[in-house]
Amino acid sequence: MAKGFVRITVDRCKGCAFCVEFCPTKVLALSSAFNSKGYHPPHVVAPEKCSGCDLCGMYCPDFAIFGVRGTEAG
Amino acid sequence: MQADPKGVLTGVHFMDGDYACCEGALAAGARFAAGYPITPSTEVVERFAARIPMVGGVFIQMEDELAASIAIQGAVWGGAKAFTVTSGPGFSLMMEHIGLAAMTETPCVFVNVQRGGPSTGLPTLPGQADMMQARWGSHGDCGIIALCPNSPQECFDLTIEAFNQAERFRVPVMLMMDEVVGHMTEKVVIPPAEKIDVFPRRLTTAKPDGDFKPFQPGDDLVPPMVHAGMGYNFHVTGLTHDERGYPAMNPETQDRLVRRLLKKLDPVPHLHEVEGIDGADVVVVSYGITSRVAQRAIELAREKGVKVGKFRIITAWPFPDPEIRDLAARVKAFVVPELNMGQMSREVERAAAGQARTIPVTHAGGSVHRPEQILKAIEEAAR
Amino acid sequence: MSVVCIENPAEQILRMDRIPHIWCPGCGIGTTVNCFARALVDSKVDLRKVAVVSGIGCTGRVAGYTKLDSFHTTHGRAIPFATGLKLANPSLQVVVYSGDGDLFAIGGNHMIHAARRNLDLKVVCVNNLVYAMTGGQTGPATPDHVITTTAPYGTYEPAFNLPQLVEAAGACYVARWTTFHVRQLARSMSEMFARRGFCFIEVLSPCPTLYQRRNKMGDGLDAMKSYKELSKTRHGAPTSEVALSRAGEIVVGKFVDRQRPDYGDLMRGQLSETLGDRYAEPEEACTCG
Repeated sequence: MAKGFVRITVDRCKGCAFCVEFCPTKVLALSSAFNSKGYHPPHVVAPEKCSGCDLCGMYCPDFAIFGVRGTEAG
Repeated sequence: MQADPKGVLTGVHFMDGDYACCEGALAAGARFAAGYPITPSTEVVERFAARIPMVGGVFIQMEDELAASIAIQGAVWGGAKAFTVTSGPGFSLMMEHIGLAAMTETPCVFVNVQRGGPSTGLPTLPGQADMMQARWGSHGDCGIIALCPNSPQECFDLTIEAFNQAERFRVPVMLMMDEVVGHMTEKVVIPPAEKIDVFPRRLTTAKPDGDFKPFQPGDDLVPPMVHAGMGYNFHVTGLTHDERGYPAMNPETQDRLVRRLLKKLDPVPHLHEVEGIDGADVVVVSYGITSRVAQRAIELAREKGVKVGKFRIITAWPFPDPEIRDLAARVKAFVVPELNMGQMSREVERAAAGQARTIPVTHAGGSVHRPEQILKAIEEAAR
Repeated sequence: MSVVCIENPAEQILRMDRIPHIWCPGCGIGTTVNCFARALVDSKVDLRKVAVVSGIGCTGRVAGYTKLDSFHTTHGRAIPFATGLKLANPSLQVVVYSGDGDLFAIGGNHMIHAARRNLDLKVVCVNNLVYAMTGGQTGPATPDHVITTTAPYGTYEPAFNLPQLVEAAGACYVARWTTFHVRQLARSMSEMFARRGFCFIEVLSPCPTLYQRRNKMGDGLDAMKSYKELSKTRHGAPTSEVALSRAGEIVVGKFVDRQRPDYGDLMRGQLSETLGDRYAEPEEACTCG
């Protein structure tokens, strides 16, 4: 059961992959899709593993992703 | 608005120009100064260091003129009226930051007690060779105001005027003193605070919301000011910027900004003193200590029957173009003595537009002219 | 459990009308801004009283992106500007946010004097080891034997050890982190806000476009992985032992945290002692409201 979730602003992403690499529970992977700038943004591959720790948000140099504790439905 | 009495040393004093300049700054409301020792200006900040702890404010001796010239700007954005003081070599170091002040419309005063140059030159002796530098020394097209006192009394009065104009036009103002005016001791009358008019910092009345634009000019082309800590979350940059203060590096914004920064100075008063110009054949145009010597030369010339008038420049920049142009139509020649190899004389010649001759009386600096040198030029001009 | 905040925490202090920013993919400056944002929010600093002053360079652009009173000044002179700002309005929390070249080459003199005076300034130095904005020239922190545009055959100048220099000059708080150490960096920044005096944090950050690429060190992610692998946390390490090298150990941590009276205290102390009743405390010149 996921303890958190992430919000991704796809078109801000520049595909640096910091979030993918440093997520402690490997929630993310770079998608094969392109954003409008031609980069591969991350997407959630293991949502149940997300704790909402926001490490991805702290790493992202482009303010394109952040983590939130709790459930998305709330 | 009336001056804050805490900074006004009301009374009749016997005081030198450097000290009088400091008193003028205090009377004008200056509560922050940053400086670096350089002859012959150091006494201005030495006095400020001694006076400010009892008036209420801060003096800091910075590590160099580069630091001093920008520390005052930080202080202005923090809410204070601020100034720095230097001479030639320091003035050169301050050029970048004079441009920053012009570009960011930071009201502040730069005092230059000019000495012999170029380079280290004559630290303890007079010069007036930084006049063009005051106008053009910083890179790019930026406008400044420059005032020239010719007595300790004027060092007091014009320092107040410098602060007032800096606030009114949101521009750096240079007070172009010289070593003699700075070190000569004369009577200086400091009026009561209620008789001294100071132009207060014009703060914005707009609300600190998303629509606030810190560089939106008023009808006079001058934006009202804002200070750090007031909740406006504004941005100031030396990059070409738009009304929001954000960098906008394109030709359209550049054109709009640069032209406004210059145009807003159109109403700057061309302070000057004229005497005996009606019917004059020759007019002596001078400023600073040279104007005192020129006065004697004018007297001698009149004794010899020459019809000679006096035009004393007080506002050197913006240059009094219209006044000189009008005068040029009525006289044969201008005589322009200066402690330099011909600087303001070029402006006189330019403004005269060929209607009258301009005869510079150059002097490399290190002393003042002898009246006879100027007299000779007046007689030659009258021929 | 219901969610309260759905906004990127950084956006609280970002000028969203200027995002996206100009920094390259994999550049670490944005990462440091995230830490800064979270540190500001966590320390409950009054954001209206925070002023950011920067110089010129890639890191210098931070001032333009922060929705705080911010000043993008001249190259090397953020610190003296910040000095005047702080002294005119001591209630401000003045943060200097600039790069290695701006703060230590052209700005070096101002750095050491501000540290000497122990002015209450909080300095964040993003060290990407080069002058990035202008294309990747050698700077005073560039390690030896690397390629830069002004050392096309490899650098041979010794580099400054930034924490050592700043400690020797008199800073009361000195720390180094990298952009890998996001939580520690945010914590250090929070600590800094609670201190009074000259505080300095060096943050090692990738410059993928210039430094990494020219030296065949991969991209930003490769740099971040190397930070993770090569860094060793040594709180309290003697700063003389924390010099960086091209591929050597990166010592991180809080090296100096000492009490010294700050400039304001020293000034007011001396003047009130000498002048007694005649001393007029500098009024806060800021006319707020």
